[in-house]
Amino acid sequence: MKALEIKNLVKQYTNGPLALKGVNLEIAQGDFFALLGANGAGKTTLINITTNLVNKTEGTVSVFGNDIDKSREEAKRVVGVVPQEFNFNIFETVLDIVCTYAGYFGVPRKEALNRAEEVLTKLELWSKKDAKSMQLSGGMKRRLMIARALMHNPKLLILDEPTAGVDVELRHGMWNYLRELNVSGTTILLTTHYLEEVEQMCRNVAIIKQGEIIKNDSVKGLLNNMESQNFLVVVNKLRDYESIREFKISTFDENTLEVQVMAGQSLSKLVTDLAKLEMEVIDLKPKNNRLEQLYLNILRS
Amino acid sequence: MEKQLQRRGAEAVWINFYTIFRKEVSRIFRIWTQTILPPVITQSLYFVIFGGFVGSQIPDINGISYMAFIVPGLVMMAVITSAFQNVVGSFFGAKFQKNIDELLVSPTPNWVIIAGYVMGGVFRGILVGLIVYLVSAFFTHPQVYNFGIVLLFILLTAVLFSVGGLVNAIFARKFDDVQIIPTFVLTPLTYLGGVFYSIHRLPEFWQGVSRLNPVLYMIDGFRYGFFGFSDVPIIWSASMLIGLTVVMVAWANWLLWRGVGMKS
Repeated sequence: MKALEIKNLVKQYTNGPLALKGVNLEIAQGDFFALLGANGAGKTTLINITTNLVNKTEGTVSVFGNDIDKSREEAKRVVGVVPQEFNFNIFETVLDIVCTYAGYFGVPRKEALNRAEEVLTKLELWSKKDAKSMQLSGGMKRRLMIARALMHNPKLLILDEPTAGVDVELRHGMWNYLRELNVSGTTILLTTHYLEEVEQMCRNVAIIKQGEIIKNDSVKGLLNNMESQNFLVVVNKLRDYESIREFKISTFDENTLEVQVMAGQSLSKLVTDLAKLEMEVIDLKPKNNRLEQLYLNILRS
Repeated sequence: MEKQLQRRGAEAVWINFYTIFRKEVSRIFRIWTQTILPPVITQSLYFVIFGGFVGSQIPDINGISYMAFIVPGLVMMAVITSAFQNVVGSFFGAKFQKNIDELLVSPTPNWVIIAGYVMGGVFRGILVGLIVYLVSAFFTHPQVYNFGIVLLFILLTAVLFSVGGLVNAIFARKFDDVQIIPTFVLTPLTYLGGVFYSIHRLPEFWQGVSRLNPVLYMIDGFRYGFFGFSDVPIIWSASMLIGLTVVMVAWANWLLWRGVGMKS
């Protein structure tokens, strides 16, 4: 069964732009799917239509087989959404926020309290359960948003830039938790600007540009199609490298080379060639995140 | 797992309703200095000034002292204001902070959203009305002629103005918008609705004008419950209240269904 099935989705805002121009998208059950696109590309509009926050102009959207027009309540039951902006009541406590949300999904108060303990503990917020949400740090607020969305145990979790503004350590903690959720069977749709996040976690990815899906593939498939990748190679001492003709090399700084490695070329061959010129490789890393480079290439093309 | 957590059918509807109502009630008590205290102080001042100082100069109305006569009107005024303000403030606050999205993404039916918010308004309206009524005991000897009529009118009025507050909040785009209706519509209608006088004391023309004011029927019917006399037949007042309430609820439901003021 498809977790999400979108057909010919069009959104024309009143006196505004044509935000979605006939989007078709399918996400399989159990997938960890990324939706990428620049600001204003239509990601949030697509999510908001799926979650009933924006009215669509044309097209159909089904969540686990439930059409959002014909079986709206059933479709809503299986979705959890983490919006971009903090939108909980700043005067309420953490526990009240999550339990109230669960109540809106028909979870009895007693069971909501048990579920809250489970979810808040996982997200390291249980100790803050009685704190007003306005007293939380930015990272805690982000985690609260995720905890709230999980209170009714949704089958499809939609995260709209969940790690924006979150520090590195916390971001990695959140990634681990999301991975765990996905492994336990929750389908995840993620939008993010951190392409490293996509490369590390997602199996499939779609790129949306000006309201149209311009690429829809597996992350692996996309990366395999990369024509080239630039690496930064730190060497013990920079020497003349003109004799290496197989790779396109330029000087990056006093002891670093920038090397373009084409698809099919071997990095160990590069290391060997440099060694022959008495340049010992101390460090070697991609100049950009691979997906980031690919993403930019696709958008530019 | 999902089925175990989320209930279906009537049980789910009850949980949805109870959750909204509980949230509303806890908000009322959390900010009681804004929700309960001000109307009680205002109405007490009316008792002191109009009932005590001015009222002592005014002759009895149908054998009832002026102080006793204004009690139902002042109670109803507190109910109207509190019920309206509660829903308009709470719902617009949720819209402003965008936590109304929590409800919109949930399977809670629109009519349950209306019922939950409205019952929150009714709770505050009746609570404040009850306190004002108890305060009146310091100034006069409150009496009740027909408790059923009192209950019917206070309940219908609280429901009507709670729905009114909801509709106002749905349309409101900024904080100023939630003050327009109370300031320019509710206050004049309430003051001119016979809180402080019987319309029979007005000239014929103004009696006719007063009959166009729906608040008159609410206060008049409510007063009937206390004293057993009214300016307008009680059945007219009750019918008008029920009719208006049905229209307002239908309107609010339609607005929520269309997502007016919330969905683009």
